Amino acid sequence: MGRLIRMDSTGHSALAAWTAVDEAAYDAAVEAFRRELDEGYIAVVSEGEGHATQVRELPKDAELVIMRRPIAGG
Amino acid sequence: MEAASAPLPELASVPWRSPEDAASLRRRGHLWTFFTFVHVVPFLGAAAGLVLLNPLAGPVAFVALVHAWIIPELYAFRGASVARPKGPRHGDAEDVAQGFLGDLLGHHARELQRETGLAMERGKLGVWLVGEAGALLVSGRRVHCFCIRATGAELPPSDRVAHLLLALRTDEIGFATVANHAFAGAPWRVRRRLDARMRPALDEALQTSVRPVPQPSISV
Repeated sequence: MGRLIRMDSTGHSALAAWTAVDEAAYDAAVEAFRRELDEGYIAVVSEGEGHATQVRELPKDAELVIMRRPIAGG
Repeated sequence: MEAASAPLPELASVPWRSPEDAASLRRRGHLWTFFTFVHVVPFLGAAAGLVLLNPLAGPVAFVALVHAWIIPELYAFRGASVARPKGPRHGDAEDVAQGFLGDLLGHHARELQRETGLAMERGKLGVWLVGEAGALLVSGRRVHCFCIRATGAELPPSDRVAHLLLALRTDEIGFATVANHAFAGAPWRVRRRLDARMRPALDEALQTSVRPVPQPSISV
């Protein structure tokens, strides 16, 4: 099962969940995903310890997609 | 940690910077050593010269010695400050964020982060210690200190660390380029200026940096 979460002031918020066979849930997740991108969030697929990949489209087979805020030099 | 398939989008905000790599970090390290030298040696020379010329100038020589000591100390303090906890703590949200950050880390790194507040991550440039608003990089015989933060003051502390950790894992070179380089120097100079609870993380990073990189096992 895939999960879309956003790191925010609550710790993190679950935005959507989908399975490979549930097209409606996936479409809803894609909608939520695009909304977050429009808000300025950056999507990252966590691939276990030490690995992460930035994505512009919601991968159907991903287990965890995290929306993070931009970073900047302090 | 692998090279990113796509560079960090935040690089667009610093188009004038060239990518930070091992060679540029070495250059920065040499520059910091040089500047430390030119700050310290003239004051030491002045102190020695004053005492040789007239022993009554001892108090003035002492002031020169203090200058020779305090300027490098202030630079090291500035470097170590990048790792200090910053901003509001956000009690309830922090518990949730801490659990999420723990899921991103391996067992050992998770324990270390909970004890010290710094998340350890081995990269190609060295061993990183990621804090709430900055990161330390143990590379060769130096520690590089970077100021970098997630935008948004309302984020709980562990979420700030998780933001930086994910960006680092996505594109290590991009992460080092976006960050502001604050200091580079010998580990002992940074260590003594770190909060006591963070020092074990630096010790661990130093040990990890000299260990061979573990290779993935190949099953036959």
